[in-house]
Amino acid sequence: MTFKHFFTSSIGKKFSMAFTGLFLILFLIVHAGINSCIFLNDHGITFNKVARFMSHNWIMRFMEIGLFAGLILHAVQGLLLWKQNNKARPVAYQYNQPSKNSSWYSRSMGILGTLLLLFIILHLSHFYVGTKIALYSGDTTHNLFKEMDDVFKNLWIIVLYLCGVIALFWHLYHGFQSAFQTFGIHHKKYTPLIKMLGTGYAIIICLLFALMPIAMYLNWIQ
Amino acid sequence: MEHYHMNLTLKVWRQKNAKMKGNLETYKVKDISSEMSFLEMFDVLNEQLIIEGKEPIAFDHDCREGICGMCSMYINGQAHGPWQNNTTCQLHMRAFKDGDTIVVEPWRSSAFPVLKDLVVDRSSFDRIIQAGGYISVNTGNAVDANAMPIDKKDADNAFMAAACIGCGACVATCKNGSAMLFVGAKVSQLSLLPQGEPERESRVLNMVAQMDKEGFGNCTNTYACEAECPKGISIANIARLNSEFLIAGLSNEEN
Repeated sequence: MTFKHFFTSSIGKKFSMAFTGLFLILFLIVHAGINSCIFLNDHGITFNKVARFMSHNWIMRFMEIGLFAGLILHAVQGLLLWKQNNKARPVAYQYNQPSKNSSWYSRSMGILGTLLLLFIILHLSHFYVGTKIALYSGDTTHNLFKEMDDVFKNLWIIVLYLCGVIALFWHLYHGFQSAFQTFGIHHKKYTPLIKMLGTGYAIIICLLFALMPIAMYLNWIQ
Repeated sequence: MEHYHMNLTLKVWRQKNAKMKGNLETYKVKDISSEMSFLEMFDVLNEQLIIEGKEPIAFDHDCREGICGMCSMYINGQAHGPWQNNTTCQLHMRAFKDGDTIVVEPWRSSAFPVLKDLVVDRSSFDRIIQAGGYISVNTGNAVDANAMPIDKKDADNAFMAAACIGCGACVATCKNGSAMLFVGAKVSQLSLLPQGEPERESRVLNMVAQMDKEGFGNCTNTYACEAECPKGISIANIARLNSEFLIAGLSNEEN
């Protein structure tokens, strides 16, 4: 079996989804950790320092390529799987009760993922683009904390960000344990542990992310 | 439980053949006993249709005792109807009450084309088995059962996987029309035992390749298959299929 055969098989595709998913899960820990520096409430001094390191250090910038590659692979593969899965049932049931045997969020990974992709595009346009322009134009006065403060003055943006976080929560809640199942880990002792860990992870990460725009909007952080 | 009679409205999928488009037809049945099985109720309906000079409804059935895997109705939005760990033939009319409307459809999957009414072609499952769901043994005397020691846990897991009757409810239920529970069970029952060891690698690779070729969808771990499986086949078998495939696929040197 060649690598091509492996990765284009149905299970191989699932492996690349699970692998990139877990990779993005790791990234979110770093992302949430760094952004949580705003909670130090020091006018964003620490946060800006860390953000500057992340945008200027060449190792980080190299890893950024991997991050985008992982994200794009996860999204494109997900969309392809979605399309292929729809083809597997060309005639829909006239009457179906999927809620009797599975959770809505496990069946909605495609829609949740699409919402997340839209959110990520919005999110990048808010923060990533500005940082990159500053980096390549040699603008040393760029203040990411101030940019956050400006963006999060608009109530509609807060609502959109919270919607993004809610979609992220359900996506992670299913995705975390699903990735382990895909890698063949199903164990009486470890599976409940993985599920607990995944739930805890999804709650903590999403609470942190939700708190950031809210805290800035309500001026808890200055 | 008390015995009672009921009048029902049935909405049944009628389709002349594989090429024609089908639709739901409405039928009324009267005085159905709560002691009847679902298929006996269908027998009553078919008798009624024959007397009326109409074409009876084609549906699959064989043993009518829950072990052959032939019956395959999607009843009120659930494979094999509302009861858990149960086949259509073992679903009894006490699951319904007087005045109920019951919608009955065939399994829906591109890999299970409808042949007529509620009958689908499940030979895609047979082709998956032909791709490697067996062990090659030379003929001769049967080996003494205790000559080969097998861990009790492995024997139990293999036995539980072997309980799969290949009815296709997992595919019918899965929102992606994935056959992973079926293939997982068939790979597991052999790969757990020493007899299945020599062909372990080629088995999983060939069976998955055939599964993909048949046009089944991809598993997204909704676990609906496990919930609807009449034999309670665990998704642990899907996890085992995944790891078997991972190891075999990466270590295999053939092109």
